[in-house]
Amino acid sequence: MPTSGTDKSEPICIELDDVVAGYGELVILNHLSLQVSRGKVTLLIGPNGAGKSTALKTLFGMLPVRHGRIRLDGNDITGAAPRDLLTRHGVAFVPQGRNLFGRLSVYENLELGGITLGMKTTRERIPEVLERFPCVKNRLHSAAASLSGGEQKQLEVGRALLLRPKVLLIDEPSVGLSPLVVQDVFLLLRALADAGTTVLIVEQNVRSALKLADEAIALASGRHVLHRRADELLSDPDLDRLFLGGTRAAGPIP
Amino acid sequence: MTRQPRWLIGMVGMAALLVLPPFLRSYGLYLLSYWLVFVIATMGLNLTVGYAGQASLGHAAFLGIGAYSVAIVMKAGCSFWLGLPLSAVLCFVVGLGLGFPALRVQSIYLAFATLGFSVAALLVMRYEEWLTGGTSGINDVGRPSLFGLDLGGNLAYYYFVLAVAVVVAALLRGVLRSPWGKAFTALRDNPIRAESLGIDVRAYTLLSFAIGASCAGIAGALLASLVQFVDPTPFGLGVSFTMYLMVVVGGSGTFFGPALGAVVGVLLPEWLRFAQGWYLTAFGVAVIVLMLWLPGGLLSLPDRLKARAIAASRPRT
Repeated sequence: MPTSGTDKSEPICIELDDVVAGYGELVILNHLSLQVSRGKVTLLIGPNGAGKSTALKTLFGMLPVRHGRIRLDGNDITGAAPRDLLTRHGVAFVPQGRNLFGRLSVYENLELGGITLGMKTTRERIPEVLERFPCVKNRLHSAAASLSGGEQKQLEVGRALLLRPKVLLIDEPSVGLSPLVVQDVFLLLRALADAGTTVLIVEQNVRSALKLADEAIALASGRHVLHRRADELLSDPDLDRLFLGGTRAAGPIP
Repeated sequence: MTRQPRWLIGMVGMAALLVLPPFLRSYGLYLLSYWLVFVIATMGLNLTVGYAGQASLGHAAFLGIGAYSVAIVMKAGCSFWLGLPLSAVLCFVVGLGLGFPALRVQSIYLAFATLGFSVAALLVMRYEEWLTGGTSGINDVGRPSLFGLDLGGNLAYYYFVLAVAVVVAALLRGVLRSPWGKAFTALRDNPIRAESLGIDVRAYTLLSFAIGASCAGIAGALLASLVQFVDPTPFGLGVSFTMYLMVVVGGSGTFFGPALGAVVGVLLPEWLRFAQGWYLTAFGVAVIVLMLWLPGGLLSLPDRLKARAIAASRPRT
């Protein structure tokens, strides 16, 4: 049984119920059940191969659900396509790594981000997004590949924000970024959650991410093994063992 | 090369295409029209291959479907103006169908799947005599008239083909400059990233084939009326390879690439005819040298020269 140290009265935004998913014949999510609170930053942690990125991809409809249900604000979204999740349910996903189209300009990348909105709405919203990212604003017509790593990540998040998502799924935002830039990105995610967006983040840089997060969920071998408040977990002397994939032998974590 | 010089060269080229043809002989006009037909067809293939990143070796089949559609419609006594849109629509629909293998396989496997389609289409053209006339083909495919203006003459028909090429180019330009057009590029660069933005990868893959095929259908319709005769020979597998070559040699995924590529694929062999029996060998060597020297295509030449000039101007340490 997973252990839980979170407040049960928090409204639930995302719920995975006994989900099985994977790649081809390989099962990664092994009857995974978890709940993500609305308007919070929730960090998914676990060792490599635990199923963190797979959980995000499955949630975003990029991998089929073989068993179980996924609910968003109580509505069943199992099997919904990415496009539906973006347009009808307000779920945006920033995958791992560099996600811009390097040969296209910054502006064209933003336009692509709003492709599900229609051109008129996208062009109306682009200035709003740019206000939040002044460094990107000054490079609108540069090739996206010419931006620094931090600017690229900001543009990726900005592109996702064009859709004014209710839920932002973000996979390893710190990869390839300097510590200072990572802090900027984390602050941005914190601000989004404070404004009401539910943020579910997968991050290897666990200690830094726990400082940003409200809650943390640990996975091991495609199963949910722990759900606690981030600040409690940060002060837990067993954090490294938990992050590396160990689980307590018995009994709940106090 | 920056955009302004590229457009300036484009405008000069267009002016030449408008002004010079009246001074050409009949064969020159025919060659120029033939080149424009392949520019239209390869613009479509460039969308499929260059922008959307889908390998297709079935393009000659669409050229054939377009040509036979017009020939069959006109043989039945209907107008060219019915045959032209029919060619485009039919190829669009068949192109959608050909896109389905691309949803399951990519790269060389997709190339072979489309090659299989090309073989099947060629066999239909060759052996379904009741429809296509078999190896004897269909004779006396007429040329149309437009608002009372007879397009039967070589010069008039050349200007008509040029006008269609400009319209197709403008439409494709509009598509490619829109966010929906950028979605094709996104699909080529990384389908997973594209999907994460809500781009319907499945629909765009199919559309890239369908639009590309539709352009080839239009080109085929124009070809039928240009040659005034249709048989399976111009739609063989070699033509599919040549069209692919035109896209790559011109500059895959560049807007003006197909025009330059078609110069290499259509006009260069004619210019090399002075070599008589060696002209195909000379053509092959020219293509190998081009690909080794300019793997990014002819349109990458100015950037390459510029980079070399910058490197030469740097002081050596």
